[in-house]
Amino acid sequence: MAMVNRRVNFNRIAVHAALIFYTLIATFPIGLVLINSMKSRSAIFGNPLSVPTPATFDLIGYSQVLEKAAFGTYFGNSLIVTVISLALVLIAGAMAAWALGEYRFKGNTVVALYMAIGIMVPIRLGTVSILKMIVGMGLINTLTALILVYTAMGLPLAILILGEFMAQIPRDLREAARCDGISEYRIFTDVILPLIRPAVATVAVFTMVPIWNDLWFPLILASGDGKQTITLGAQQFIGQYVTNWNAVLAALSLAIAPILVLYIAFSRHLVRGLTMGAVK
Amino acid sequence: MADVSLRNIKKAYGKVEVLHGISLDVKDGEFVVFVGPSGCGKSTALRIIAGLEEITAGELHIGGKLVNQVPPAERGIAMVFQSYALYPHMSVYKNMAFGLKFAKTDKAEADKRVRQAAEILQLTPYLERKPRDLSGGQRQRVAIGRAIVREPSVFLFDEPLSNLDAALRINTRIEIAKLHRQLRATTIYVTHDQVEAMTLATKIVVMNQGRVEQVGAPLELYHHPQNQFVAGFIGSPKMNFVKGTVTAVDAMGLSVEFGEAKPMAIPFGDGGAKPGQSVTLGIRPEHLGEGARHAMVLTGTVDAVEHLGEASYVHVRRDDGTMLTARSPGDSRAEVGARISVSTDVAHLHLFDAEGKAFPRHSKADAA
Repeated sequence: MAMVNRRVNFNRIAVHAALIFYTLIATFPIGLVLINSMKSRSAIFGNPLSVPTPATFDLIGYSQVLEKAAFGTYFGNSLIVTVISLALVLIAGAMAAWALGEYRFKGNTVVALYMAIGIMVPIRLGTVSILKMIVGMGLINTLTALILVYTAMGLPLAILILGEFMAQIPRDLREAARCDGISEYRIFTDVILPLIRPAVATVAVFTMVPIWNDLWFPLILASGDGKQTITLGAQQFIGQYVTNWNAVLAALSLAIAPILVLYIAFSRHLVRGLTMGAVK
Repeated sequence: MADVSLRNIKKAYGKVEVLHGISLDVKDGEFVVFVGPSGCGKSTALRIIAGLEEITAGELHIGGKLVNQVPPAERGIAMVFQSYALYPHMSVYKNMAFGLKFAKTDKAEADKRVRQAAEILQLTPYLERKPRDLSGGQRQRVAIGRAIVREPSVFLFDEPLSNLDAALRINTRIEIAKLHRQLRATTIYVTHDQVEAMTLATKIVVMNQGRVEQVGAPLELYHHPQNQFVAGFIGSPKMNFVKGTVTAVDAMGLSVEFGEAKPMAIPFGDGGAKPGQSVTLGIRPEHLGEGARHAMVLTGTVDAVEHLGEASYVHVRRDDGTMLTARSPGDSRAEVGARISVSTDVAHLHLFDAEGKAFPRHSKADAA
């Protein structure tokens, strides 16, 4: 018995040690960005690992970033692109997952397979074709282009995850609803969706972070004035010869905030959903 | 209210046929129980009636209307699922009212029906609770309530009691019987438990391997099983089967040799039986007693004794290895390992041919 306990304890300590180690590695760069964004330029280079002291504390980076009027626009662009893409991915993904899982129709397997391939093949491989298509549609330098690409990028994984969760909802529940005379649409919106809320939150988090952080597609598809996203906007402080590190770090620090808020909003949902299921 | 009639219903999944042509008439107000071992197709038959499975061949009529292609909601049925299938995110009230909301039932009327059903099922104090805060029995009642409020002409129950513990199962069984008397709706009920079937049904349908073995009133099936399968399935403990061989056929009936000292004369019509034909004798445990008091005596060794209080079941291993169960009085003194004789009155015997088909009884020598 004591042996078992000791082993359990050891396992727990090992797991926690691994997690703490990983957390440190993962948060180290973010911490570095945050502390250095609040230091003077010389302090950034002089002692990059120290926290700001009264002598080195300087918000010049933030004031430079905020004084640039366009920065509000960048934030707005990023928010618009992220939120609309996210909404489209969740709505279309959930509906597609439901249709693919619940209904047997011709081409069902082919479509599902097509979506699975979408997970395996990185979308960036198709950049040239995407660019051609976007130009062809006359959408170059628009946020719409980004939204379309990101929706396509997020859909396959969303369909896979949501589909798995939907498959776990007992068949009886849908059939009870059918016996109750509830339409297929209502079964989806009133029975299925409320039950997969935790999965929706998971997918939302997995979908929105890469979109917010992406530099590639904004650079290629919408780099024109007034259409830049925050990650692209921050690049303007990085010059070929001189880089305004204060401004870059401040911009990056600010960029974390909105996504953090969205993340917390969804992850609270996620945790609540998971514990609800566990207690049942 | 509605009759339900199945005309040669077949169901196949791909090439595998699971129902081989079921024909059945359920009259308005009847309580019909489908019973059979798992995998016999009883649940499939119920789901076909509900409209949750498509019919491969045959015709299904509810209330005189062909409903092969009619969606479940328009068949006038309500189904209670084995898993209850309550919507976990809705309160008890909403669970019951959910279907009504989309049936465009007047709000006040819907409210009245839900409260009435809650009253009947003693759920009124729990209307605002979520299903996860209810016990198994309460969830079961919510599931029944959800069916009641739809005021269906046919109730369908799919093994509704199998997730309840023994005591609750008996209570709920009685409540379902009471409910049926109150509502007078046609009810079709699926179970694998022959006790539920016997106690609830006005008509039992015994199914096996996708076929209907026999349809009849509970006692009819008990006293006059048409084949060995039904005989073995109805009754608890299971009927004893003893292999034998016909030695002679005369006007009085058959003489059957069954591994004991001398053949036994049994008052059955010959059913075309010939000497030398192998047959199976069926004896219910409740007709088999300790001692040699009756005409037909079997011997063996006591293998186990189960004392239930009001009775004891004595399990006897015959010399050829076959097992018998005899119902003895509660204070039976049978001891494991001892030699024992058990006997039965030939009037209580059942006789089956090699294919399991029952022989017709010779006279009015019914056990009834």
